Amino acid sequence: MTSKSKKNIEVGEAVGIVAAQSIGEPGTQMTMRTFHYAGVAEQVPTGLPRLIELVDARKEPKKPIMDIFLKEEYASNEAKAKELAKAIECTTVDKVAYVEEDFDEKKIIITLEPSELETEGVKAEEVFRKVKAVAGSHVEQKDNIITVKAPNASLRTIRRLTNKLRQVQIKGINKISRTLVVKGKDGKYFIRTAGSNLAELIKNPHVDASRIYTNDVQEIARVFGIEAARNALVREIKQVLDMQNLNVDVRHCMLLADAMTMDGEIKSIGRHGLSGEKAGVLARAAFEETVKHLINAATKAEDDKLIGVTENIIVGQTVPVGTGLVKLKMKLG
Amino acid sequence: MRRKIKRKKKKKISHLGEAISFAHTSVYVNGRLVGYHENGEVLLAELKNRRRQGAISQQVNFHYRKSTDELFINTDSGRARRPYIVVENGQSRLTPALLEQLKRGEISWSSLIKLGVIEYLDAEEEEGAYVALREEDLTPEHTHLELDPVSIFGVTVSILPYPEYNSSPRITMACAMAKQSLGTYLVNFNMRNDSRAHILYYPQQPLVQTQPYRLLGFAERAAGQNFVVAITSSYGYNIGDAVVMNKNAIDRGLGRSVFYKSYETEERRYPGGQRDTFEIPPPTTTGYREERVYRFLGEDGIISPECEVQGKDVLVGKTSPPRFLEEITVFGVIEEKKRESSLVLKSGEEGVVDSVMLTDSLAGTKLVKVRVRSIKIPEVGDKFASRHGQKGVIGLLRPQEDMPFTADGIVPDLIINPHAIPSRMTIGHLLEMLGGKAACFKGNFVDATSFTGDREEEIRKIMKEYGLDEYGEEVLYDGITGKPCKAKIFIGVIYYQKLHHLVSNKMHVRSRGPVQLLTHQPTEGRSREGGLRFGEMERDCLIGYGASMLLKERLLDESDKTTLLVCEKCGSIGYHDFVKNRDRCPLCDDSRLEPIEMSYAFKLLLDEIESLGIFPRLILRDKA
Repeated sequence: MTSKSKKNIEVGEAVGIVAAQSIGEPGTQMTMRTFHYAGVAEQVPTGLPRLIELVDARKEPKKPIMDIFLKEEYASNEAKAKELAKAIECTTVDKVAYVEEDFDEKKIIITLEPSELETEGVKAEEVFRKVKAVAGSHVEQKDNIITVKAPNASLRTIRRLTNKLRQVQIKGINKISRTLVVKGKDGKYFIRTAGSNLAELIKNPHVDASRIYTNDVQEIARVFGIEAARNALVREIKQVLDMQNLNVDVRHCMLLADAMTMDGEIKSIGRHGLSGEKAGVLARAAFEETVKHLINAATKAEDDKLIGVTENIIVGQTVPVGTGLVKLKMKLG
Repeated sequence: MRRKIKRKKKKKISHLGEAISFAHTSVYVNGRLVGYHENGEVLLAELKNRRRQGAISQQVNFHYRKSTDELFINTDSGRARRPYIVVENGQSRLTPALLEQLKRGEISWSSLIKLGVIEYLDAEEEEGAYVALREEDLTPEHTHLELDPVSIFGVTVSILPYPEYNSSPRITMACAMAKQSLGTYLVNFNMRNDSRAHILYYPQQPLVQTQPYRLLGFAERAAGQNFVVAITSSYGYNIGDAVVMNKNAIDRGLGRSVFYKSYETEERRYPGGQRDTFEIPPPTTTGYREERVYRFLGEDGIISPECEVQGKDVLVGKTSPPRFLEEITVFGVIEEKKRESSLVLKSGEEGVVDSVMLTDSLAGTKLVKVRVRSIKIPEVGDKFASRHGQKGVIGLLRPQEDMPFTADGIVPDLIINPHAIPSRMTIGHLLEMLGGKAACFKGNFVDATSFTGDREEEIRKIMKEYGLDEYGEEVLYDGITGKPCKAKIFIGVIYYQKLHHLVSNKMHVRSRGPVQLLTHQPTEGRSREGGLRFGEMERDCLIGYGASMLLKERLLDESDKTTLLVCEKCGSIGYHDFVKNRDRCPLCDDSRLEPIEMSYAFKLLLDEIESLGIFPRLILRDKA
């Protein structure tokens, strides 16, 4: 037997159940510890909440985070890295100015804060230009005050416009709310951001697009494809478990990620994902919403081929794993 | 009372109206606003003073809440109140002179209350009190003094010896376990028919006891015995909170108890004039049991005392009228087929009939109460506990000759493991052992009242006096080899309680047995002779292991396996027509039916799916 074939899992091994148990058992420990740690502030969801987030295939993580690695000249120069970080950071009008509406005069007054402008590296003219692009012609600037007049608008439109103006983006990349330059273990600088926008950032010439990383698995699937998303899932799940000092073999996480991504899109574990799409009627009915599945199956005159484990347990037959797979075939004569 | 106060208030409190209410104290009687006063604190002091003088009833309590400037007067029923000694200018009102009078019996508790030396506070008035625990702690700010430091505890804790030396979780556990201990819960147990009752054969009062223990009269209703206990390992039989007990000590009556269990039944009357009858059921009765279970019954169908009964034996034979009125038979007579409804001893139990009582029930029907007694001698698996939250089950009953012994020939009754001590921090346990040993030599009880009991030094002094190791350690000799143990071993006398978790009332096995009517699956629970559930997670384990055949055996062959006939043509479930002696499908006229093995639960599922209006078919195929 070669060393490679030794590593192969034997035919009939119930890898799914073993993976589920292997992740689930330390997971119970984690639950208990999470309750124990109640009240400890968290920057990013870790532990059980994060694991649930991953397995549920949420559209967006609670706290999206990116690690942007840079091309050589930026990576070894802190000043340049910081400059880039500042340029990436998404700045809105709200961040550099105080926006209030004057319903009497039917105008919106935007008071720019010089100190904020400086730290964000934004010029007043820039703000003016962006505001004008959104609000139209009746915009005036006088020193640090931009006034938007809307003489014919209703009060409701003024309120709506105000809210819109607050969110007007002056510079940076959408969704990247904060940036931080971090010195990596290799001595190279990289940028860590709150908020994630892969598609835009990989266009940036100074960014090393081959190493860029986000914890938003769905976004990875959109930008880099499902294979990348599968790898990201494995990495994220493993990271969560490692952080809690739970020794789970990666291959269990890999199986989980494979199961979630095998159809080309990220599917959640549970009623709306994997378990809700099992092949057998009985298996689905045994999980949740029994009657719904039975009636749907009846209207389509579905057959249950009794392929899965659950189905066979229900009808009282041997289960097609392990010893249940072994069959004797004999041809007489 | 309320009227009285209101009158007083009207004199003192002017109804000033809304405008000045902010500047004045609001006064409430039993939660209802009755008026205002210029100065709440002055009023409070005056009210309290009057109460102490006896002008206002002792049962009225006052509380002034400064933050909201409100004065509460409570006179209503249902307030929990407790006594305190009144303190004035840092001086207890219970003076040595009064104490002396009290000792001589010249004055009583109630006169102290009348004198305003002792007063009862409710929860609200306590908020305004500053209570000192001991007299020497008194300062001018104090308003009250505890009668005794123990009084900060409730009844259950105050009975525990040396609780101040133990960690608090262990105290909680000790309290919980004291309530499970066997003793003499009542002295007239012989005349009662409690549904279950345990009585300890030879209860003893503890050698190390507390004042409240005596005051509350527990010494007359003891629930435990003084054991000679050694703390050492014992060939591995006391690992993990197991204990080794001396077999001979048990034979001498240590930890022996009786268990009484009462059964009752009555001759019920039914609408329509029918009623149950106590009798030996005739063999024609529906549900007639084996003949032998009726062997103890007298002519009246009732068992007599001192019969040795075992599980499933009938205590009272009884027949009931049929549940539904029978149809008239061909001969035109109504055939009365009676139902068997005897009173049966629970399966797995055994004992001796202790008493049989015949009376009338409230409804005027004949009522029988049968009390069965069984002696419970300590056996492996019975639970014992000290009063320090140190519980354990017997791991081994060792003959006295194999137990370790001291130079004086003392053999322990019980051996607990040293590992039970450090992590639980029950120093009180050790101290009680030492105290118990000292008490044995001196012939006195040791006082272990919390905070005020005999100190360790005093006990050590006694130990020295009698020439013992002052720490209670002695050389023990191994009972098997006769050689002295290498280390000195802590041995003493401590009060142990037998708890009512006895294996004999819990033991349960099943290899085969009854099944449920609906599902054909094994029943659940010890009382129904049930099996242990092979649940979802257990199922997952077998799948994970790949043990397909074992899984099928558990879930099908050993559970609710049935063989049903399935139509090859339409896939519905058919049956065998015994009249025409052929298999029949309910849908097809002429088709072959195959016997198919399946779980009865699956058959039920199919039925239930049909009830949804869905027709499930079983498509048959030869096994590949």
